[in-house]
Amino acid sequence: MARFIVRRVIQMIGVVFVLSLLLFVWLRSLPGGTVSAILGERATPATREALTKALGLDQPIHVQYLRFLQRAAEGNFGASTGVLPGRDAFDVFLARLPATIELTITAMIIAVILAIPLGYIAARRHHSPIDNGAVVLSLIGVAVPVFFLAFLLKYWFAIEYPIFPVSGRQDPSLGCTRVTGFFVLDGLMTREYDCATDALRHLVLPAVALATIPFAVIFRITRASVLDVLDEDYVRTAESKGLTSRVIRGRHVMRNALLPVVTTVGLQIGGLLAGAVLTERVFNWGGIGEALALSYERRDYAVLQVLILAACSIYVIVNLLVDISYAVIDPRVRTR
Amino acid sequence: MSSFNPLSRRKERIDALAASTAYPREHGGTSGSSAVAVDDAGSVDEAPGVSLIASAWRRLRRNPVFLVGAAITFLFILLAVVSPLIAPHEPDARLLLDQVRQQTNPIPAPQEGFPLGGDDRGRDLLSRLLIGSQQTLLVGVLATALGLIGGLVLGTLAGALGGGVDAAVMRAVDVLLSIPSLLLAMSIAALASRPSQWTVIVAIAVTQVPVFARLLRGSMLAERASDHVLAARALGVRQQAVVFRHMLPNSVGPVIVQTTLVLATAIIDAAALSFLGLGNPDDSRPEWGQMLGASTKFIYDHPHLAVYPALCIIFVALGFTLMGESLREALDPKTRR
Repeated sequence: MARFIVRRVIQMIGVVFVLSLLLFVWLRSLPGGTVSAILGERATPATREALTKALGLDQPIHVQYLRFLQRAAEGNFGASTGVLPGRDAFDVFLARLPATIELTITAMIIAVILAIPLGYIAARRHHSPIDNGAVVLSLIGVAVPVFFLAFLLKYWFAIEYPIFPVSGRQDPSLGCTRVTGFFVLDGLMTREYDCATDALRHLVLPAVALATIPFAVIFRITRASVLDVLDEDYVRTAESKGLTSRVIRGRHVMRNALLPVVTTVGLQIGGLLAGAVLTERVFNWGGIGEALALSYERRDYAVLQVLILAACSIYVIVNLLVDISYAVIDPRVRTR
Repeated sequence: MSSFNPLSRRKERIDALAASTAYPREHGGTSGSSAVAVDDAGSVDEAPGVSLIASAWRRLRRNPVFLVGAAITFLFILLAVVSPLIAPHEPDARLLLDQVRQQTNPIPAPQEGFPLGGDDRGRDLLSRLLIGSQQTLLVGVLATALGLIGGLVLGTLAGALGGGVDAAVMRAVDVLLSIPSLLLAMSIAALASRPSQWTVIVAIAVTQVPVFARLLRGSMLAERASDHVLAARALGVRQQAVVFRHMLPNSVGPVIVQTTLVLATAIIDAAALSFLGLGNPDDSRPEWGQMLGASTKFIYDHPHLAVYPALCIIFVALGFTLMGESLREALDPKTRR
């Protein structure tokens, strides 16, 4: 087990390292480049050259990369030029991280809470109207572009019928105290319950929009997996032994059926991070996703580098944790 | 590891056998699968390409999900072919420009000769939607085809040669897979100094290469360990022939399924790239994703500009997804759903 974990961690570090290298080369091949992004297109050649030298961009690329690594180790990731001008790119990431975590976790909770029970019911009542309806719903869910759904929800439930707020994470006029950056949590901690409810109301629409794809995928995996397990001999044995359906459901069916579901949930994190780019843009959420879209637009390369590397690292780490938990649950995985 | 592999292969084979014999299939698919089941385990591996596809087709023909998906896809392709003939106007002719210039009426309403009205530049919306089917099909098919070719080459190399090549290819694939696909597509689209339809196509294709490569490599590895490949090797069949005649044809099932599903996601991803401002800036002959992405700025005042292309995308993506999912079920020897 320990060997398995060590091997996977080393693999992961390798992947992230190669990624940082690729990203570095990629940034320097972007059209325009950092210098024009800072100075604009009409700067004189002399100023351009001076800035190129000041930023160390005239050095060979491997020297630049080593310098980047050295500075990164000191906590200096380069100044943001477009998203939060002047601040260190890593600060931009840290400032926006709680918003995205709050959104993606809420979306994941919605998806899991709906998808797993529905998947179980659909499998138990195979070919019933509930099953067919849920399958069709999940297929449509995958076919709708996420940002269009986000706009639709916003149009219906924030503008036509103003049940939920239009955008943002919280009503600034409430003057809520900030503690952790997670607004719902902050409201609960400071006992400003109206702040917590307001933050929750802001969460509903973007989280629902973001939850559709993971919902559809997790639902289908759960349904297929429960259908597989229901056919197993041990379930039939349990039934013929006269065990109560609660015991069979919990101990024999769900425990075995949930294994592939766990992996799928982990894999959905990547999709959630990508979906957050779109949903956060629609709802002006102020998280990492919106910052990514903005930094592409404003050519803020320092921020882009940190955000992409961070998003990929989160994705890789979550999947590593999923793999490890999988190996703990299912010993057969370790031997592969 | 090597001692574990044959065991699991056998287990899978037995599972497949057990599945096809123990439970009669619904919808009369029994005849197809029992042909696989009567023989012993060895012959399951010998002719699965033919019998699996034949039995899959038998099941597909009666599957309403597949038929609906295929009908939508057929309609879509038909529309793309005939759209130049039935489109009432040129897609980039600014015929309603006068109406756009009046400040009170920036988006021309439906009227005589323009059943859906015009867009923000006075171009006929219906004609743009019709011609859009062509461009959408083009983007979907080309992006998928490029991704497929890249994945086929890498996956076949890794799966057929194994060893160092396999390790090198798979580490590269791991790196690409560690980037969420939309982020990867955005990064590649951003590289273009002059964005065009092609940069969108290439950006989407690259995100699919690692997926196809891993998929193909997985089934190629299983094939490598199988009895019929061993037999071919023992008979002295050349490496090349073993790969192309015995391993590859038996590994394409999952690839076909994935191809169908990717056709849907490619069209949706093209829309997302346009929405983020990384799409094709030339909208004289737009694809639906481009129309949807561009119209989001008017979405609260003139939602129909976004809703029409969105409905087209949803419809077509649903068609491809229905086909892909029913293919997956039909090609999986274990499924009885």
